[in-house]
Amino acid sequence: MTEHIIDIKHLSKSFSGKKVLEDINLYVRRGEFVTLLGPSGCGKTTMLRMIAGFLDPDEGEITLEGAPLVGVPPHKRPLNTVFQRYALFPHLDVYDNIAFGLKLAKVPSEEIDKRVRKVLKLVSMSDYEDRDVDTLSGGQQQRIAIARAIVNRPKVLLLDEPLAALDLKMRKDMQIELKEMHRKLGITFIYVTHDQEEALTLSDTVVVMNEGRIQQIGTPMDIYNEPVNAFVADFIGESNILKGRMMRDRRVAFIKHEFDCVDEGFGEDVPVDVVVRPEDIYFTTDPAKCQFKAKVNSCTFKGVHYEMFVDTDTGYELMIQDYDPYPVGSEVMLYIDPDDIQVMKKERRANVYEGEVTGDGKVEFLGAEFECNTEGFASGDKVRVTIRFEKVDLLDHEDEAVTTGHVEFILYMGNHYHLTIRTKSGEKIWVDTNDIWDKNDFVGINILPEDIRLEKLEEDGQKV
Amino acid sequence: MVKKVFARIYIALILVILYAPIVFIAVFSFTEAKSLGNWTGFSLSLYKSLFTGGMQNSSALISAVNNTLLIALIASLIATILGTVAAIGIFNLKGRKKQAIQLLNNIPMINPDIITGVSLFLLFVFLHISQGYLTVILAHVTFCTPYVVLSVLPKLTQMNPNIYEAALDLGATPGQAFRKVLVPVLSPGMISGFILSFTMSLDDFAVTFFTRGTIGLDTLSTFIYADARKGGLTPELKPLMTIIFIIILVVLLALNLKKSKHSDEK
Amino acid sequence: MGKRSSWALPYAIFLVLFVAVPLLLIVLYSFQDASGHFTFANMAKFFTDRDALSTFALSIEVAIENTALCILIGYPVAYILADKSLNRSAVTVVLFILPMWVNALMRTLATAELFTMAGIPLGKGTLLFGMCYDYLPFMIYPIYTTLAKMDRSYADAAADLGASPFTVFRKVTLPLSMPGIASGVLMVFMPTVSTFAISEFLTNNKIKLFGTIIQENINNSMWNYGAALSLIMLIIIGLTSFLGKKEDVEAAGGAV
Repeated sequence: MTEHIIDIKHLSKSFSGKKVLEDINLYVRRGEFVTLLGPSGCGKTTMLRMIAGFLDPDEGEITLEGAPLVGVPPHKRPLNTVFQRYALFPHLDVYDNIAFGLKLAKVPSEEIDKRVRKVLKLVSMSDYEDRDVDTLSGGQQQRIAIARAIVNRPKVLLLDEPLAALDLKMRKDMQIELKEMHRKLGITFIYVTHDQEEALTLSDTVVVMNEGRIQQIGTPMDIYNEPVNAFVADFIGESNILKGRMMRDRRVAFIKHEFDCVDEGFGEDVPVDVVVRPEDIYFTTDPAKCQFKAKVNSCTFKGVHYEMFVDTDTGYELMIQDYDPYPVGSEVMLYIDPDDIQVMKKERRANVYEGEVTGDGKVEFLGAEFECNTEGFASGDKVRVTIRFEKVDLLDHEDEAVTTGHVEFILYMGNHYHLTIRTKSGEKIWVDTNDIWDKNDFVGINILPEDIRLEKLEEDGQKV
Repeated sequence: MVKKVFARIYIALILVILYAPIVFIAVFSFTEAKSLGNWTGFSLSLYKSLFTGGMQNSSALISAVNNTLLIALIASLIATILGTVAAIGIFNLKGRKKQAIQLLNNIPMINPDIITGVSLFLLFVFLHISQGYLTVILAHVTFCTPYVVLSVLPKLTQMNPNIYEAALDLGATPGQAFRKVLVPVLSPGMISGFILSFTMSLDDFAVTFFTRGTIGLDTLSTFIYADARKGGLTPELKPLMTIIFIIILVVLLALNLKKSKHSDEK
Repeated sequence: MGKRSSWALPYAIFLVLFVAVPLLLIVLYSFQDASGHFTFANMAKFFTDRDALSTFALSIEVAIENTALCILIGYPVAYILADKSLNRSAVTVVLFILPMWVNALMRTLATAELFTMAGIPLGKGTLLFGMCYDYLPFMIYPIYTTLAKMDRSYADAAADLGASPFTVFRKVTLPLSMPGIASGVLMVFMPTVSTFAISEFLTNNKIKLFGTIIQENINNSMWNYGAALSLIMLIIIGLTSFLGKKEDVEAAGGAV
């Protein structure tokens, strides 16, 4: 393998007390096309800005070819950035925009001329050198922004959602051109996007991020075929994410059926999450092959394939993509290949918090006071509080709610929704529910006293 | 159609009323008589005496004109620099600090001149600063800078926030990025702020009146005020006003014709 | 980028020194006697001085009348200027702002002179007319900018929904142009309530307005009483600008 050009170690960053990056470790190989992928607010842009030098990390180090970058001001870093909204200088024409860096570096004017022309040719914008930048279309401005960066021959090119402002057609064309440019130039690209398709199309390596942490690093194929957790599975492509139980090695149960799979080493009778891509559920007319039956609920033509929702005989809803449509209402027989079942370790089984008993029948956690059975506990006792996901009640108003929060993330699990709620205290609570909520919905949170389980903790936070 | 005729007549009527006094001054600048409204035949003698200093009061008038221009120039230059730097700072501020400074910035604009004048007068008295050029310039900077801030701030809001970073990214030091990118991008706001300041300063009377002290410093406005209170207007004021008006008329019309032609081409 | 918020610091200090402190000094001097002792005498003097009180009332009255007059005359002008079907020339707009560049005192003197020539005696009538003439552009311009920026489709939508042209004006155009009127009011009311030279010229010193009394007191070294009178005016201004909203002040700043 080729050498590392950028090494990032234990990188952390907080903005006014809120962690936006937490202990990031990453290396980038020379000449590689690396994409930082994640939803908005996941920390990917913060990370890019720290590499570029616009932000300093709170902790951790970034090195370029072994030399530390932290503390080096941006104008002294041999890196260049392509900004999201181009950031072309409005008072300069195309030529002067591109020549800006070279002029500052006191490159002789004949050479500037040569290099500007060459790079204009590379981005197919020859003959545009005298144009004012505000007379260019979005796509053309994007090309000039790229030209302005690569003309300086940076060691690494940083691209911050460079195609986000373009329309779909333009975006597809630019993707191909970017890939081509990367191949021709041989420069290392670090690319930030929230568009999973873009990431899969362009990159050698995809870094999936969420909430300031790296979720998975891998090739586009790895990420798509073997997501390590429900977040990655949900974020990349379409998927059916389901609760399951590992019966033993190579045997998993979900949607109340048992299937053969290829995963091992989870142990016996262990709860897991299961991911099945919609294109990996097959229709069959052979009763011998049939693993379960279902009824077609809806069928929509999507261009190349049909997207169907089916209700299984055991009451789960699954998404299936197939080249052939099946009429709505028809009974179908289905099977899944063992290869196509992706089993993932369960990240959590219940909500667990540290709390304190504040009085008779009262316990404080999530920044609020809940009623519960405190028999056997004294006021002031530190306790571990456990609440099962399905025992959290969500209300659409604040009245009578113990605390409130916002829906942050929604996962459909075949027969219920698994919600991540950010409470007003800034903590998270996970909820299983059959009610339909939207992202960012305001919710009131209630928990019945009998659903709050307490265990006593020692002073140092250990369970007794 | 009827609506259009009515509109035209109305506009014409108001314009006639607006310009009557100005035309009145201009017409009577071409006669020798000292008071307005007294026509004694066509003559350029007032113009002659304005430029040659023939009449007793005209040297005082010329120095008042010089003072007015000098004060306006210095005050608006200072206001432009102070206001631009401040606008960049305010743009980068957040929350309460930003609100507080914007509130303070609005006060000189809402305050009538007399309040600004009296309050600054009290300040200079309180601090035992002897009043003269310096205090007048400081006072003018006080009421001009808010307009610069308000002219530059929108340019910052419209500006792509990344362009300063883009300059750093391309190898510019913070100083170079400021000079080569920020200043050129903000210059339209700075220029309109400067022009606003300059005209406000030229036209000011009340603030100058209270902050000029007793050293006999006169600007055009205070000169006219003193003159009028004495009863006899210096006759050369008429040609002076006429010349000033014609200069402004030509400049503004030229600018606007150019602008409308430019936008027609686009 | 973060450190550049400190660039506001010099101006913040400047504002405190030349805006906040002077205003506080007005308050301080208002409640002091000539030797610097705390007193309510200045305030008491104003509220017991019938001349001062009636001048104050007259100033407010003149300012309100003048502002109303400016709206009455200025709104139609702004409306016509902003209506593309009635006026297509930017130059006409410039013609209305241009007089603002001629020294206001000089214009006022000429107006007064015109009245005298026409044989109209100087008094409250000429004062109102002359002030309106002086401040009309300040009313026209903000209203014009709001109307010109206004999205025509609101009026079209109202007409489409069956509103008569007059109803469209009353229910859509007028309410939407209120911010312009509000900043116009600020720009006209404030200066008129405080003017001194202009009123002196236009009435040949026959009618005294509040500004003149302040000026006379300050010029005759009656600083404390002058400050007290200024404070009373400040309170009036505070109330007025509180009624007109903050955004309107900003609109007014952008209008000139």
